[in-house]
Amino acid sequence: MSVNFLIHRAKEIQAVIDANASEIEKLDQEIGDGDHIFNVQRGIKLVIELEAVIKDLPMSKALNQIAMKVLSGIGGSSGALFGTLFMTMAKGNDIDNGVDYKKAIEIFADGVEAVKQRGKADVGEKTMMDVLIPVSNCLKKGVEDNKDVKEILQEAIEVAEKGMFSTKDLLATKGRASFLGERAKGHIDPGARSSQLMIKTVCESVLNS
Amino acid sequence: MKKFMNSADDFLKESLQGFGAAHQDIVNCHYDPNFITRATPTKEGKVALISGGGSGHEPMHGGLVGYGMLDAACPGFVFSSPTPDQMLAAAEKVDSGAGVLFIVKNYSGDVMNFQMAAEMMQGPNESVLTNDDVAVEDSSFTTGRRGVAATVVVEKIVGSLAEHGGSLQECKALGDKVNKNSGSMGVAFSSCTVPAAGKPNFDIGDDEMEFGVGIHGEPGRRRDKMKSAQEITNELLEAINEDLKPETNEEILLFVNGMGGTPLTELYLIYDNAKNMLDKKNIKISRSLVGNYCTSLEMQGASITLTKLDEELLKHWDSSVHTAAMRWGV
Repeated sequence: MSVNFLIHRAKEIQAVIDANASEIEKLDQEIGDGDHIFNVQRGIKLVIELEAVIKDLPMSKALNQIAMKVLSGIGGSSGALFGTLFMTMAKGNDIDNGVDYKKAIEIFADGVEAVKQRGKADVGEKTMMDVLIPVSNCLKKGVEDNKDVKEILQEAIEVAEKGMFSTKDLLATKGRASFLGERAKGHIDPGARSSQLMIKTVCESVLNS
Repeated sequence: MKKFMNSADDFLKESLQGFGAAHQDIVNCHYDPNFITRATPTKEGKVALISGGGSGHEPMHGGLVGYGMLDAACPGFVFSSPTPDQMLAAAEKVDSGAGVLFIVKNYSGDVMNFQMAAEMMQGPNESVLTNDDVAVEDSSFTTGRRGVAATVVVEKIVGSLAEHGGSLQECKALGDKVNKNSGSMGVAFSSCTVPAAGKPNFDIGDDEMEFGVGIHGEPGRRRDKMKSAQEITNELLEAINEDLKPETNEEILLFVNGMGGTPLTELYLIYDNAKNMLDKKNIKISRSLVGNYCTSLEMQGASITLTKLDEELLKHWDSSVHTAAMRWGV
């Protein structure tokens, strides 16, 4: 994984999110305050705009720049959570000397753990953690079991989709949807949907390369 | 949507510019990142109080910057939390070496962003988290109670202690105490429109009210049909009393807060109706505050806050304050 890899995946994610923007916006209007899609689109745009600044930087510095940009540029909960993800990944051990898929999985898992701490949300609370935590666990397990990287990524795509759909019948206990109580049931969480699309995009891109 | 605006992008900036120019004897506005400080530097050795939150709740918090209250405020975009770079820039400007106390309303975005600022900050700092809204059940399995109008009371009382030489730990402890001694509940008759969204945050019928509403129009306890002012006031006070449990003859502050679209005429009518009920229960109203302090843009509605007062809280409530929105004793 190189800085160039990150920028290219961000561009692919932008295309996928834009293509699904109206669906995500509708999900958020049902149980949130409707601004999630704009936050995600703004965040991705800011990362892509960093290309010239970060393309020749070591991985740790590039990830840190991305973290600070999404933190201040998105704002709200999304900014803090995605900022935490990238800031933690930037602290990964020895990442400036090359990041293979095992290292990439390790720092991603550390990042997800930090996001879990920051948002104090676990699986089953109708948030993006219903996608990120199972995906992180699946990736780690795949490495432990010495599975082929293609198999691991294929599984991650399926786990992400399952996690996303699981939010439909959950009660929200975190974030703004939590104030709705029973009224939030029957709706897929917009954050779970957008993060599932991001995971799918990155995994498929690696699989097809 | 009808609003005084030129463009959604410039909405916040132009409003801040106007605020800064109108109150240049009290505040300085700083931009990119946005924060508001007092016009004069923090006294050597004084704990610096910094609050912040989404814009749209004015005068909270910018209007509460000044002598006897906040040293700085960080305004986020409308109804969106400020970001750590704002808090860090504000802290650098107002920390005199005695430490920084962050006063944060319990909304997930605010909590996370202030937490990150606190982690990144070099110097000593503490945080007070307000969660006075009794409409939401407090449980470790949820986001918990929201921080609403009592935040104004916390900022006034802790601001006075800081002004009179209280240490960082003492200010933090007093802030927690005021929060614990306070309970609030609000009701909305109409929705409000975030400029960038262009349409109302929620739909509400002509004959309906959202009971227990949050300060962004988030759902409350229930959707009700309209009732008389006395009935609404009684229900708000009952919910607060059930939680706060003031004793007979206990002294309290009665704070009637407007959400932005309800005239003072009606806020004073609520005050009258609240007094009727509190008198009956032998709860002594020893201090009062009536007005628009913690608003939700143009939302029609009001909240009631009760704070139990002891000698210490009374002294700090009464002490001099000079901000854009609150001014007495000077």
